[in-house]
Amino acid sequence: MKRKAMLMTAWLLIAGFMFAEAAAAQDTIKVGVLHSLSGTMAISETTLKDTILMMIDAQNKKGGLLGKKLEPVVVDPASNWPLFAEKAAQLLEKDKVAVVFGCWTSVSRKSVLPVFEKDNGLLFYPVQYEGEESSKNVIYTGAAPNQQAIPAVDYLMKEVGVKRWVLEGTDYVYPRTTNKILEAYLQAKGVKSDDISINYTPFGHSDWQSRVAAIKKFGSAGKKTAVVSTINGDANVPFYKELGNQKISAEDIPVVAFSVGEEELSGLDTKPLVGHLAAWNYFESINTPGNKAFIAQWHTFIKNQKRTTNDPMEAHYIGFNLWVKAVQKAKSTDVEKVLTALPGLETPNLTGGTAKVLPNHHITKPVYIGEVKADGQFNVVWKSAGEVPGDAWSDYLPGSKDIEADWVTLHCGNYNKITKKCSGQNYK
Amino acid sequence: MKDLLLGGRWLFLLLLALQGMLPANAQSPNDASFLSTLGELREATYSDKARIVERLSQSGHSSLRAVLTALLEDRLYFRNNDQKVFIVKSTEGDPLNLIDPLSLKDAGSAPSDSLTQIGTNNALRRELRTTVARFALSSPEVAVRLDAVREMLRSLDDASVALLRERSGVETNSSVKKEIATGLALAALDGSDAKARLEAIATLKQSISQDVRNRLARLLDKSPDGSFIESNEKVRGAAADAVETIDQLRTFYSAIQTLFFGLSLGSVLVLIAIGLAITFGVMGVINMAHGELMMLGAYTTYAIQTAMPGHIGISILAAIPTAFIVAGLTGVLMERTIIRFLYGRPLETLLATFGVSLILQQSVRSIFSANNRSVVTPGWMSGSLRLNDALAITYNRLYIVIFTVMVFCLILVVLKRTRIGLDIRAVAQNRAMARAMGIRTEWVDAMTFGLGSGVAGMAGVALSQLTNVGPNLGQSYIIDSFMVVVFGGVGNLWGSLIGGMSMGIVNELLEPYAGAVLAKIFILVALIFFIQARPRGLFPQAGRAAEDK
Repeated sequence: MKRKAMLMTAWLLIAGFMFAEAAAAQDTIKVGVLHSLSGTMAISETTLKDTILMMIDAQNKKGGLLGKKLEPVVVDPASNWPLFAEKAAQLLEKDKVAVVFGCWTSVSRKSVLPVFEKDNGLLFYPVQYEGEESSKNVIYTGAAPNQQAIPAVDYLMKEVGVKRWVLEGTDYVYPRTTNKILEAYLQAKGVKSDDISINYTPFGHSDWQSRVAAIKKFGSAGKKTAVVSTINGDANVPFYKELGNQKISAEDIPVVAFSVGEEELSGLDTKPLVGHLAAWNYFESINTPGNKAFIAQWHTFIKNQKRTTNDPMEAHYIGFNLWVKAVQKAKSTDVEKVLTALPGLETPNLTGGTAKVLPNHHITKPVYIGEVKADGQFNVVWKSAGEVPGDAWSDYLPGSKDIEADWVTLHCGNYNKITKKCSGQNYK
Repeated sequence: MKDLLLGGRWLFLLLLALQGMLPANAQSPNDASFLSTLGELREATYSDKARIVERLSQSGHSSLRAVLTALLEDRLYFRNNDQKVFIVKSTEGDPLNLIDPLSLKDAGSAPSDSLTQIGTNNALRRELRTTVARFALSSPEVAVRLDAVREMLRSLDDASVALLRERSGVETNSSVKKEIATGLALAALDGSDAKARLEAIATLKQSISQDVRNRLARLLDKSPDGSFIESNEKVRGAAADAVETIDQLRTFYSAIQTLFFGLSLGSVLVLIAIGLAITFGVMGVINMAHGELMMLGAYTTYAIQTAMPGHIGISILAAIPTAFIVAGLTGVLMERTIIRFLYGRPLETLLATFGVSLILQQSVRSIFSANNRSVVTPGWMSGSLRLNDALAITYNRLYIVIFTVMVFCLILVVLKRTRIGLDIRAVAQNRAMARAMGIRTEWVDAMTFGLGSGVAGMAGVALSQLTNVGPNLGQSYIIDSFMVVVFGGVGNLWGSLIGGMSMGIVNELLEPYAGAVLAKIFILVALIFFIQARPRGLFPQAGRAAEDK
């Protein structure tokens, strides 16, 4: 009897192995998802993981891609920048994924860049960033500075009449580079350096009282003042709380933020923030059929009617659709073939326009400026005429204005037009 | 065009004055034009809306105030099917209750998706606020009048000046009177009579508002051709004098403000360190999970707020004892199950408590998710206490300073005036002797650790008002709390108080010059040198107890 039971177990085990084997043998296309699910950035990145899972789910319901199912491989780099590189290597070398959707902060992107270039992987990066980069292996579906920061400053200068500027940021590469570009831009527009104040605070800064008092003082010199905020992550919550408590209203000193969207506002009491601004390429409140369908799809997938959508989610939506189109065009998931197919591809965005992949691996995006409403949504007060093509190398920085990125004719992401030399993948 | 607008403003004033005398007439002839102007708001751009509001305010219609207030508060809607404009009572809830914009009577209700809000932007709200402030000038409440005058002072035009002048005759409240006088003096600076300008400057000298200072400083500017904008030399001298006086006062008040910032940061440091001063200072346990005990306190606040959504104001108060109990019990549990086996082995204690901190973090992540939770700030803790034009103190910081002082005194009383406090001190000073005297040292150890942990939980309640409530909350404060205790002198509560406060003040003094990152580095380096010179901190413990450690 005992023997029989053992035999049964053995058979069951063998059957189990065979079944597992069969499942693995059934061909799938692996899609890597590289977003922090814990740590400081989890607040923003978890949503992006869910977005990609939703897109994969929808694609599989449509019958998959090239007759195969898509299979997500989710890893958690835990807001730890070196861990991003390790997890990227794991995705590319061990799991052999066809494509990776991932990263939020520029530090994490810089950390995985060498891995993607060494293993010839393909990364879709969905967040607005500081530019000054164009890798063969990355498609930048977020905004470059000329698609977010520069138009926002232009709006404040022309429409609001701002004369004095506070550039407030978190102390890392994205705010520092963006502020360098903005400072050069403002000075080119005739703003004196006395009228620009630049300040950095560490990640997760929570004692904002003296900074906010300093902003108040800087703003009371009799000239219209605005704050351009590149404060990232959860440091925004105590910053806006302090603004509210010290009664700095948007009518006196508006704050325009590049990293605060619907998701970040959903954790805040928004009443004291009414009128503060954000510049993005997408707002949940934009009323188009495509956006309505996307929001409905998101609510069904996440099973929560109250969850918001935001700009990087749209970037992932665009990025995923572009990848699917490129794979269909190349009839292969081979990275080289997909990369050749990508430039020139077009896909509708959620706000009624078209996103087109440019030779510099950036895309075209419309620019919107919104004011915070009491319900945590944005009221669009300005939009660009049509889509703005992303510029990898800023025209306002002395070292970067001669550099061009073109992966179609020049096959170089860092080509100096004057010396006619390609510096390869070196972005310094 | 400008004259026309000015004329319009005078007309508006006249109508405003007449409005009080005429009986309310529901079908006055300008109803139709008012309604059609109102209708234009539906499709207008923001700059057009500003012009429409201008025209509306010239109409002097009896429901003007209600309509403009509604527009300012985002309560002006139009119905999608017949394009009729309505005021809604409140934007919360569904369906929305409608009010007719002409008669201001109830007009039924409508589901919110059948209505479209008429939006405003910053510039428009600015204009609306000034316009609405003119109505509030005759409010029976002093605070409303005061706000209205201050609002009008920010963008002074002829219509506002005329209203202020009229009001100054009948105003009885002295502080409102003073603000009106400031406003009239500001207006008088534009006048042609040099003597009147001098008098105005004398009045303005009393003010310490930044706007007044800027206006006076503008008198000293030169126009592009090199001549002074203010031609009279005497007036220029008086203005320069006044600017200097105001600057001096403002510098003085800003020094007070910095001091308060330092005290408030210091009290946060003290609050997070008191619990540690008990567990680490008195018992000698290096508790790496101290930060996570604060995190538990913060999550308790969140849980209580979620449990009683209708009573945000009281929830914070209810959270204080609850957090004490939750964190305190966790502390007792930690002591009974882990720490008591490790007394006298500091390295093992450090590792074990670090392990506990990871367990606590992960369990919070599993229960509440990795995302931050939003703890609502109750009304009585938001905003700021305005002492004068140059000095305002934010309520949340003020309450936290008071809370810290209360907690500190409470701990002192417990330690110095109660039986358990006596036991704690006895065990800390000489364990063997205390045992010989019949004190149950094991029980006292558990109570001491529980007390320290409970205080950490209460600190968590305060932190939930200042920073993000997330699983990493504890990590960001643990270093600071150890720094305060070591700096103040291990085993000395007063040392932690003085240490925390001085670190807070130094940090706030440095921050404007060095920036937040450098200020922190500087303090850390200074502390390292200090500990080199005085390894036992500010207030070293004397006597036998100190030698044992």
